[in-house]
Amino acid sequence: MIRFDHMTKRYEGGRDALRNISFEVPKGELVFLTGPSGAGKSTLLKLLACIERPTRGQVFVNDRNIGRLPNRQIPRYRQQVGLVFQDNKLLQDRSAFDNVALPLIIAGMHQREVGRRVRAALDQVGLLKKEKSPPRTLSLGEQQRVGIARAVVSRPGLLVADEPTGNLDPELSLDIMRLFKRFNDIGVTMVIATHDLNLLNQLGGKRLVLKDGEIDEHTLPEFKR
Amino acid sequence: MIYKLRHYFGLHRQNAIDAFDDIIQKPLASMLTIAVIGIALALPAALNLLVQNGRSVADSFDGIRDFSVYLKPSASLADADKLAESLRLRSSIETVKIISADEALKDFQEGSGFSEALSALGTNPLPHTLVVRPTEAADAGKLTTLADELSAKTNVDQVRIDTDWVKRLNAILDLLRRSVTIAGVLLIAAVIIIVGNTIRLDIQSRRDEIEVLKLLGASDGFVRRPFLYVGVWYGLVGGLFGIVLLVISALILAEPIERLTGLYQASFALQGLNFTSIGAILLGGFLSGWVGAWSAVSRHIASIQPS
Repeated sequence: MIRFDHMTKRYEGGRDALRNISFEVPKGELVFLTGPSGAGKSTLLKLLACIERPTRGQVFVNDRNIGRLPNRQIPRYRQQVGLVFQDNKLLQDRSAFDNVALPLIIAGMHQREVGRRVRAALDQVGLLKKEKSPPRTLSLGEQQRVGIARAVVSRPGLLVADEPTGNLDPELSLDIMRLFKRFNDIGVTMVIATHDLNLLNQLGGKRLVLKDGEIDEHTLPEFKR
Repeated sequence: MIYKLRHYFGLHRQNAIDAFDDIIQKPLASMLTIAVIGIALALPAALNLLVQNGRSVADSFDGIRDFSVYLKPSASLADADKLAESLRLRSSIETVKIISADEALKDFQEGSGFSEALSALGTNPLPHTLVVRPTEAADAGKLTTLADELSAKTNVDQVRIDTDWVKRLNAILDLLRRSVTIAGVLLIAAVIIIVGNTIRLDIQSRRDEIEVLKLLGASDGFVRRPFLYVGVWYGLVGGLFGIVLLVISALILAEPIERLTGLYQASFALQGLNFTSIGAILLGGFLSGWVGAWSAVSRHIASIQPS
């Protein structure tokens, strides 16, 4: 599903955010990307979302070299990836329903089908009753769940989450992670960045540890290519 | 295929409705923009109407080809009669009317209010005059030849073609018409810039939203469309406002114009807004709104990328 091949990302100014990264994630896997801040977790996720491009090496998703994707094709690619953010990035002037509906409207889905899918997604995150609420009237945990509903509503094969529990207390965090697990159980490949080790210890799952822009090879032999 | 097409138009309809809502959401700022656009569109339209009306005034005088032949003060009334008789024989001349010096003086005394000053002169300073009306078949060239021939006669002091001022009016109108074209181009450019700037600010204030949309896989086209609709609405509503301004101006001007034309005993009716000018204003608003919005979105939306 995901393959990094001797990938190096260097930002302008000369700093290597990621250096010579090679690993492979099979389809349907749940991977926690972890490591201290500044280790390159966010950069790796940005490469997966086609927000950044590799300086050297390749990044493949579903056998497509997304590092070389023409600009015109980026929107279509992003429609196939669910993104969850630490600050949820919901649009405040629209209801929960309208926020979740956005990816479907962008993809050009018909109105009736949109309503059905959005309600199904909101139901899955337990917020069907709050579909009309604007995000700011919801709790942080609920807002993040709306964000997750928005990420899964178009049934992407890959879901990428950057510190999705970063703003939440431990109990809510566990809730959110369990939610992710449920989607993983139905076959969605997931890469979730978090530095919350306590949470990870409770969850188990596979871990990819980044350290100073490189993969810590002792922690994870199974992703090594 | 038909389904896709219907879906496509459905999206556009939704964009159009949303864009209109957007404008209504911030009434004060929108109204200022719309007012400026309305004024900018109404000005060239008003000038154009002015020229059109001037042209119809000029046209109504086109039939007049009379010219006045002023005789020398030394010429007697008998000389005037003789000249008139000889002119009447010509095929190119329809009528010749003699206004004797005495008649002219009387008219002048009655009409000018200088009667006392004139009687103080003792003698009549005015010459005998012939008013010559050529036949309709006589073209401009023949008239000029005739006028030249008459000025050469011994008793004739001066020949004045009465249509000179109509020609001058036409020349002025031509000048005005070009000025209207220039003003129109400049003001349309102003509308494009105003809409472009409004949309640019709009884009900037919605930067975060645009980034989120792009993260969710929205193409530039998808992000662009609502802004284009906002631009088109500004242009159209601004155009409507401009039309309202013109109608109000016409109502205010109607009465004095009636008085003025009454004084000239002209059968002149003010040409108001016709469907062509209304259509032109709305089309102008539509196009300049669209172009303005396009100039803003093409420069600013592609550059907004999530980071």
